[in-house]
Amino acid sequence: MAGEKAAGEKKPGEKAAGKKKTGEKKPAEQKASQKEGGEKKKKIKKHHASRNPVLARGIGRYSRSAMYARKALYKRKYTAPETKIEKKKKEKPRATITKPVGGDKNGGSRVVKIRKMPRYYPTEDVPRKLLSHGKKPFCQHKRRLRASITPGTVLILLTGRHRGKRVVFLKQLGTGLLLVTGPLVINRVPLRRAHQKFVIATSTKVDISGVKIPKHLTDAYFKKKRLRKPKHQEGEIFDTEKEKYEITEQRKTDQKAVDSQILARIKKVPQLRGYLRSTFCLSNGVYPHKLVF
Amino acid sequence: VFKRFVEIGRVAFISFGPHAGKLVAIVDVIDQNRALVDGPCSGVRRQAMPFKCMQLTDFVLKFPHSARQKCVRLAWEKENINEKWAATRWAKKIEAREKKAKMTDFDRYKVMKAKKMRNRIIKHEMKKLQKMSSKKGKKPEKPEKSEKAQKSEKVQKAQKAQK
Repeated sequence: MAGEKAAGEKKPGEKAAGKKKTGEKKPAEQKASQKEGGEKKKKIKKHHASRNPVLARGIGRYSRSAMYARKALYKRKYTAPETKIEKKKKEKPRATITKPVGGDKNGGSRVVKIRKMPRYYPTEDVPRKLLSHGKKPFCQHKRRLRASITPGTVLILLTGRHRGKRVVFLKQLGTGLLLVTGPLVINRVPLRRAHQKFVIATSTKVDISGVKIPKHLTDAYFKKKRLRKPKHQEGEIFDTEKEKYEITEQRKTDQKAVDSQILARIKKVPQLRGYLRSTFCLSNGVYPHKLVF
Repeated sequence: VFKRFVEIGRVAFISFGPHAGKLVAIVDVIDQNRALVDGPCSGVRRQAMPFKCMQLTDFVLKFPHSARQKCVRLAWEKENINEKWAATRWAKKIEAREKKAKMTDFDRYKVMKAKKMRNRIIKHEMKKLQKMSSKKGKKPEKPEKSEKAQKSEKVQKAQKAQK
């Protein structure tokens, strides 16, 4: 009897406790689910393992259509939201333009097509090229950097007008070239690009941890400018192209901005300034493959 | 003519092979070309080693032939061979060669500057002495030489510190 009572008591007790628990669970669950939802938004959803078991290498158990159904892609159709800018851009491009025409009694203007029909169709069509894969344009190439080259490393330039000079490495630019500076007051090397392959990385490093390099120093900033508007007067074509390179004021200010930070750090290391001023050279009995840089 | 002999207890320097650069003691002679060798304090296991790769040093230990490693070790530590070896010119030359090979570009620059400074000081003193001797005829001035030696010592210390 006592046992039954106890058992009896247990049940309502449990139920009450259960109810309480469920009662409590709901707000707790809500909070938990909210938290999870919040976390899920930040976390990437855990990906399901492959739903297509492998029979042999390259061969799955299910066909494309079967997989479509298994992955429930009929439910998962996403389109990117159309932004207001894209909505505005749905304007059609102009097809014709009116241009003024000179001459007397000519009507003053003509309506000219912007995109004209081709003036020549070849007799044989160009054959369709076969698909190739992995042939990326230069802008998409992978840029690598040798492990020995880190920001602040002293590099020895091997080619160019500054060959043999020791120079401080700042960062790698988007095309993979290295941004490098003398500093200018030490060895007359300005902010310049250098190619990784034509450089020896020494083990001497300057601490450049806090140096801020202006963000506008990109490849476009350093690219050589070529004027291209010859009016086909054969005597003068060569004159219009820039022969003399002029140092712009912007380059000077950028140089100062970067160098002032670096010079302070160079002064801290004894003899480093003199080292950067000197040039590298080989002499008798000195073999590059035996040198430790 | 020969001062160093292959004998039991002779400490040898291994010049090439897997244990190049280590010291061993000759424990026993196997035949004309090989010796039983042991280097307990230099990390060489007891093994046969050809004489060709051994270079004899000036040190001899005292232990009976075919003595076990423990005895060799005791004798080695009693004679303090490791410290004595480090103090020899031979070992110092080896160390200097290693340091030179490890020099980085920056180190080479610093050494160049130190050498330059040192040579300049020496030349300066030499010129002084030459001047003295040419001016005063036959009076060589010896106290000036000690000055030069002091100055050059300072430069040598700087060089060593940089290495």
